[in-house]
Amino acid sequence: MNSRLVEIWVGIFVAAGTAALFMLAMQVSNLSTYANDEGYDVTARFEDASGLKVRSPVSMAGVRIGRVTGIEFDKQTLEAVVTMTIETRFDTLPKDTSASIYTAGLLGEKYVGLEPGGDEDSLKQGDRVKLTQSSMVLEKLIGQFVSRFLTESDAK
Amino acid sequence: MLDWFQSLGQKGLGTFERLGRASILFANILTGLHTLIPRFHLVVYQVYSVGVLSLVIIVVSGLFVGMVLGLQGYNTLVDFGAEESLGVVVALSLVRELGPVVTALLFAGRAGSALTAEIGLMKATEQLSAMEMMAIDPIRRVLAPRFVAGFISMPLLAAIFSAVGVMGGHFVGVELLGVDDGAFWSQMQDSVDLYDDIYNGVIKSLAFGVVVTWIAIFEGNDAIPTSEGVSRATTRTVVHSALVVLGLDFVLTALMFGEI
Repeated sequence: MNSRLVEIWVGIFVAAGTAALFMLAMQVSNLSTYANDEGYDVTARFEDASGLKVRSPVSMAGVRIGRVTGIEFDKQTLEAVVTMTIETRFDTLPKDTSASIYTAGLLGEKYVGLEPGGDEDSLKQGDRVKLTQSSMVLEKLIGQFVSRFLTESDAK
Repeated sequence: MLDWFQSLGQKGLGTFERLGRASILFANILTGLHTLIPRFHLVVYQVYSVGVLSLVIIVVSGLFVGMVLGLQGYNTLVDFGAEESLGVVVALSLVRELGPVVTALLFAGRAGSALTAEIGLMKATEQLSAMEMMAIDPIRRVLAPRFVAGFISMPLLAAIFSAVGVMGGHFVGVELLGVDDGAFWSQMQDSVDLYDDIYNGVIKSLAFGVVVTWIAIFEGNDAIPTSEGVSRATTRTVVHSALVVLGLDFVLTALMFGEI
C-alpha cells in the first residue's frame, strides 16, 4: 500500500468521524436551541412547581419564547421561585402577564405558559410576574375526585 | 486438597503479576508518547490499519442496529400512540449506550485481535528483540503508535456508528413505517442534550478506546512466543476486552447518568 493512499484514507476517515460528531451535535442534540439564549430574566413565584425543570420551555400562545433558567426555594414565603429567560426580541409582554405551569399532553413534560394581560407597560429585566397558577399534580386531582365521589355516594 | 489451594494461590498471584506488568507497560507507553511527535507518520499508518479498515464493519453494523432499533421501538411505542418519540428512543440508545459499547466490542474483534496477533508474531519471530539490539525501543517504535491510533480511532468510529444508526432508524421509522419526519427530528432534538448525552458518549468511547487498545497491546507484548501462545493471547484480547468494556460501561453510566 503506498503511503500517499494511506494518508488519503486516514484523512477521509478523520473527516468522516468529525462530520459524524458534527452531525450528532447539530442535528440530533439540542445545540440549535442554545442559539437564542440571550434575553431578559423574569421571576415568578409558584406554590407548587413540581415537575418543572431548568431548561423547560416558556411559551406564550403556544410559541416558545424563552426557557426556565432557575428554580429555587424561598424559605421565607415557602414558595418556589422560578427564573425565566425570555428572548430579547419578545420585549412587549404586558406587565400584568400571568404565568401558569401546564403539562404538554396528559403525562408529558411541564412548561410555563404565559397569558398576556392588558397593561401598557411591558416586562423588563428583573421584573416579577405576579399572577401565577401552580402546576397540576395528577395525584392530587385524582385524590380530590375520589374523595368527592365518596362523599356523594355516602350522601345517597 | 492442598494442591488445589496451591494452584488457586498460584493463579491469583499470576493474575496480579500480569496486572502489574500491564500497568508498567501502560506507564511506559505514556512516558514514551512525546517521542511520537516528530514521527507522526507512524501513527497515521496505524490509524489506517486500526481505524480505516474497521470502517466497513462499523458502518454496516451501525446501519442495521439503527434499523432494528427503529423497528422495535416503533412496535413498542405504537401501542401507546407515542410513535413520534421514535427519534428519541433511537438517538438516546445509540448515543448513550449502543454507539460506544457496540463499537468497542466490534473494535476489539476487528482491530484488537489484529493488534495482538501482529505484536505477538513480532515477538515470536524476535523482531522486537532485534529492534532492541539496534537500540530502538520497541515500546516507543511499535507499541506507542498503535496505542495512539486506537485512542484516536475509537471516538471517531463510535460517532460514525451513532450517526449512521440514527440515519438507519430514520429510514425505517420515517420512510418505511410512516412516522412524521418533523416530529422525529424535533422530539429528538428536544430530548438529546449536547453535554449530557453526546459529550458523555464521546467520553465513554475515549475510555473504551484506551482500555481495548491497552489490553490488545499488552496481550501481544506478553504472549508466549509460540504459535499457540499467540493464538491464546488473541483469544484473551477479545474476551477480556469485551468483559472490561461491559463492566466499565456500567461504572461510567452510573457516574454520568445515575444518581447513586
